[in-house]
Amino acid sequence: MGKIIMNHLRELESESMHVIREVAAQFERPALLFSGGKDSIVMVHLAKKAFHPAKIPFPLLHIDTGHNFQETLDFRDKLAKDAGAELLIRYVQDSIDNGRVVEEKGINASRNVLQTVTLLDAIEELKLDAALGGGRRDEEKARAKERFFSHRDEFGQWDPKNQRPELWSTYNGRKRIGEHFRVFPISNWTEMDVWQYILMENIEIPSLYFTHRRKVFTRDGVWMAVDPCLQMKESEEIIEMDVRCRTIGDITCTGVTLSKATTLEDIIEEIAATRITERGGRADDKRSEAAMEDRKKEGYF
Amino acid sequence: MAEEKKRGYLDMELLRFTTAGSVDDGKSTLIGRLLYDSKAIFQDQLDAMEESSKRKGEEHINLALLTDGLRAEREQGITIDVAYRYFATPKRKFIIADTPGHVQYTRNMVTGASTANLAIILVDARHGVIEQTLRHSYISSLLQIPHIVVCINKMDLVEYNEEIYETIKQNFMDFAPKFDVQDIRFIPISALNGDNVVNRSKNMPWYDGATLMYTLENVYIGSDQNHFDPRFPVQYVIRPQSDEFHDYRGYAGKIEGGIFNVGDEVKILPKGLNTKIKSIDFYKESLRTAAKPQSVTITLENDIDISRGDMIVKANNVPLISQDIDMMICWFNEKPMQNNGKYGLKHTSRDIRCVIKEISYKVNVNTLERDYEDKNVQMNDIARISIKSTAPIFYDSYRKNRNTGSVILIDEGTNETVAAGMII
Repeated sequence: MGKIIMNHLRELESESMHVIREVAAQFERPALLFSGGKDSIVMVHLAKKAFHPAKIPFPLLHIDTGHNFQETLDFRDKLAKDAGAELLIRYVQDSIDNGRVVEEKGINASRNVLQTVTLLDAIEELKLDAALGGGRRDEEKARAKERFFSHRDEFGQWDPKNQRPELWSTYNGRKRIGEHFRVFPISNWTEMDVWQYILMENIEIPSLYFTHRRKVFTRDGVWMAVDPCLQMKESEEIIEMDVRCRTIGDITCTGVTLSKATTLEDIIEEIAATRITERGGRADDKRSEAAMEDRKKEGYF
Repeated sequence: MAEEKKRGYLDMELLRFTTAGSVDDGKSTLIGRLLYDSKAIFQDQLDAMEESSKRKGEEHINLALLTDGLRAEREQGITIDVAYRYFATPKRKFIIADTPGHVQYTRNMVTGASTANLAIILVDARHGVIEQTLRHSYISSLLQIPHIVVCINKMDLVEYNEEIYETIKQNFMDFAPKFDVQDIRFIPISALNGDNVVNRSKNMPWYDGATLMYTLENVYIGSDQNHFDPRFPVQYVIRPQSDEFHDYRGYAGKIEGGIFNVGDEVKILPKGLNTKIKSIDFYKESLRTAAKPQSVTITLENDIDISRGDMIVKANNVPLISQDIDMMICWFNEKPMQNNGKYGLKHTSRDIRCVIKEISYKVNVNTLERDYEDKNVQMNDIARISIKSTAPIFYDSYRKNRNTGSVILIDEGTNETVAAGMII
């Protein structure tokens, strides 16, 4: 028998498709959490591949903080339409108006933490029993111990000390009524894998990921985009720079990076040479050493 | 970027390996060095570690902080759970399943070992082969990790002495017949100083073998998967509700063994009906052939009622079919195994139930001795048991195929995964 080896991207792709199909088979009401970022774009692509020629058998759910780049929203709408997938949107603004959450105040105010409440409310309202997310284990140290099938109790909480063992490619999605699962099909991908895959598969991504001229200012060593929803200090100075987004999240806590990358190949070269992690520009992770672990326990993405 | 480079990373292979050990073994230092020397540790991670080390009054950057992710682990200075780490070189992408080494975490080691192609076993050159060495080797063998690399670490603390290395190697080889592993290699290293990790050691001119990194990059993994016995558990049935694909009926799944070709005569289990493969679809492509571990969609010549949990196999190469199964298990749960107890059983894409018929013996993972008297199977225990399933399962022995030869048991009250089983 000859040498049969798949390249690493195809092997990761196969693993992810398998997980996505398990979700469709094991759960009654799954949804794919869609943020508009590259990871969730790759997720939609994988879901399309997993069920072709049928359509993706579950809706996309976007938790909208209201602090988005307009381009992300336009891209989201087009992508859902092209995939023929149902798009559900739930707004953090509604949670604020209903008194479910209180808007943070001050210079570093962000709706990033508030989205957890909106997300859990949406899961309850839509009676979702599985939410597919684009989380990757290489992103953050608390995520490194996350399972593909991650069990959440009836309060939507994660108990890191009591996770189900996960062996081979056998996934146990059994649960009680009211409980749900978060499922992370691209757990084993790194940022580099995602970009290489986007290139290999020719996947369309928002132009925010490529270098463009933008008004920015610097805070705590991170470049931030100037936007009405971001309160600035008097000492902070607005300048125009060539920047691109390395991740796309809520504007208030997503930094931009100075870059000359205008193509996918440039981005890959840039990432290969960089010395700062992808989440290094995310103010939400810097709140404490265990910031991500704490948010995840409460039911964050 | 040059086209050559693009082709370069499209040619990269994936190698999954596992490491077991406690902080004292230098496991964290070794992983830290592999990550650092392959540039997988970033400046902001180093800064965070440095700050945290300083706060705790430690002199050097504590590389364990990188691998211990959970708050409880950092507080107690131990690794509790399996943590996954990633790095890549131009040749391969690596996934490390980093597991704790103490006996009370046997279940975590088993979990980490289940998907690994290779295991790194760390031996402290000052202590030689100890209980823990045997335990880790036994688990690697039980889970059928194809390649074992025994790293004799801390050679700097024994003055890079060749004789000590050779003695430890010989001691290990004396035990090796007890393990069912084809490929065992030895490398003398100092993770702290980097000897023979990524770069060749100038301190051990007597060693002319490969460095650890060279071994990880070059060990031949092409025959690790079963390419001989075609197995396709049906995961999901694809029936598009569209005019264009009105009559399309595709069986989606991951190939768990062997190779399938269009036109192959296949048998559908459990019904036992034969038909031929009409197409192997992969998104918009039609493939002529597909192999483990590809996820594809298969269509068949005949219209047969097939659902999730069925298995498509080659008509002339059928797996074993039985309701009475013998297996080695590792027990995961705080609640001990109930003899005659009923459990949920998951095998490939099948969900059935089973009853525990007999506990033959337990294995002492430190001495590898069998205990035929003690039938009380508790958390972290490894035992040989017999079960009867509510319906026949189609399986291969775990030695032949790690995917069609494995099961998990589920507590039907709590829904927790309580055991992993390797079918004999």
